[in-house]
Amino acid sequence: MKPYENQSQSIKYKNLPKKIKNPGLFLGLPTILALTIFFLLPLCLIVLYSFQEPNVFELGKDLTLLNYKDFLGQGYYSTFLWSALLAVLTTAATFVLAYPCAYGMVKVFPKYNMWLTLLLVMPIFVTSNIRIFGWTLILLKGGFLSFLTGWIPGFQEIEFLYNFPVIIMGMVYIYFPFMLFPVVLGLEMVDDTAVEAAVDLGANRWQVFKEVEVPMSAAGILIGCLLVFVLSLGSMVEAQVLGGSIVTTFAEDIHHAFSYQQNWPLGSALSVILLTITVGLILVALRYVNLDKLLGARAKLG
Amino acid sequence: MVTLKKKRAGYKKPLVAVYILTVIFFLQAPALSLLVSSFSADKYFRFPFSELTMKWYVEMFNSGGIRDSVLNSLVTALAVTVPATVLAFLGALAFARYKWRGRFLYQRFLLLPIFFPQMVLGLAQLLLANFMGVNTSWITAGISHMVWLLPIITMVIAIQVYGFDVTIEEAAYDLGASTAQVLREVTLPVLMPGIVTGALFAFLLSWSNFDLSLFLQGVDNMLPVYIYGKMTGGFSPTAPALSAAVYLLSAAVLFIPFWLITRMENS
Repeated sequence: MKPYENQSQSIKYKNLPKKIKNPGLFLGLPTILALTIFFLLPLCLIVLYSFQEPNVFELGKDLTLLNYKDFLGQGYYSTFLWSALLAVLTTAATFVLAYPCAYGMVKVFPKYNMWLTLLLVMPIFVTSNIRIFGWTLILLKGGFLSFLTGWIPGFQEIEFLYNFPVIIMGMVYIYFPFMLFPVVLGLEMVDDTAVEAAVDLGANRWQVFKEVEVPMSAAGILIGCLLVFVLSLGSMVEAQVLGGSIVTTFAEDIHHAFSYQQNWPLGSALSVILLTITVGLILVALRYVNLDKLLGARAKLG
Repeated sequence: MVTLKKKRAGYKKPLVAVYILTVIFFLQAPALSLLVSSFSADKYFRFPFSELTMKWYVEMFNSGGIRDSVLNSLVTALAVTVPATVLAFLGALAFARYKWRGRFLYQRFLLLPIFFPQMVLGLAQLLLANFMGVNTSWITAGISHMVWLLPIITMVIAIQVYGFDVTIEEAAYDLGASTAQVLREVTLPVLMPGIVTGALFAFLLSWSNFDLSLFLQGVDNMLPVYIYGKMTGGFSPTAPALSAAVYLLSAAVLFIPFWLITRMENS
């Protein structure tokens, strides 16, 4: 029997104190309450604000769609498309780079899994601004990288910052751990005996990857891709700092509307557009993911 | 466990090792760059440096602005860690341990904040504070940190809960243990590694948060926001030293407990 299945079923209510009829709801309630007040309520407010007249700070009774018209009329959709392009490229690149790494952690060096996970996920615990700052010192003209390339004739004094590829690099760098960990969880669901069987039946490496490993780890891959896509869709600092001003991101527009323009309703409407796409994608994708199986796979390995 | 023969597995072990080490280098490169830069005596950044110095570190310890922001961040992170860990422990049991109506919905609801663009979440919470007439301070910043990191550490603990053999708990009940006893003697000790990891993550995620603090800290300047101010608006030679120190501190807070735990397990 699979352990993650007997987990929740084997509980016998008779053994629990009679006061608590529904222990799951009882234990989850504090979290549900906290998230309702400080997460759901703010979201409702932002939706309400998005239907207000432009430039107001108090909620009024007259509702309008003017702010959403600005999204189309004032060219905000073009920055949205830029952000979407950045997000797609970042997601694809991050997956290609993270998969072999995750594979190595789970299947090749399982002994060192914990230390490798810590080393690879650790950057998350340092403010991303600080890390991006570290990269600018590497990449700027007169920085570490241009010092290294300086030995090559014709490659002196190169500016590596302020171009499109460097933005992608920065985003891949920032979001890599968010892809890695879900894919690690996914790969832990891959059954070695299935791989063995496929090899016995004459499958080559590519076929094993395509027909066995990817389908069996699909839930982790899906969560990883979703996480990276959604987070990079809402990112701002990478493009701002590493890219200079060559690309304006949608998040920058939102920030701008709230801070410099002092137009809360416009900023809210832009946020609502971003959130609708984000939440829609998540809810659709999560329907197909068995979270118990994905998170329980690690337990199965013991 | 079936081990694949090297040839059949289709990978070369040294190659995989080199790849993983390259990725680690890529991910940790900024730490190296910050650390090296922090010793430059030059007012403007240029490598190689004309002279090396420790004076930026000395300046860092004497700065009142840095001391205040460190204190603000520390107090907030500690204040967030305790309630977040308690809620996450209970929430993880609801997530992974019990089957109940609404669990499917609960699991998805809980995951939502992780997927949220932090800036939008921060702005939305600023609207709430404004709506309720609350002045922003380290308290509002702390609450916003909690909403965002609670789901993450609930996941961390939930992964531990999935591996938890519930029959031990039942056995304890059958032997006449009370709910409190079972919690104290069975559930908590078994789940302790997950809880400690969760608490550690909560502390570090609050300590290093920038996007939410920026909107919700009010007058209580947090360290990441302070450093951001030093980074922008021209190159300030204290910025690399401060950044390197923060980077190494986070690494130490994360690695030392794990190192201690593995040492304890081995002896």
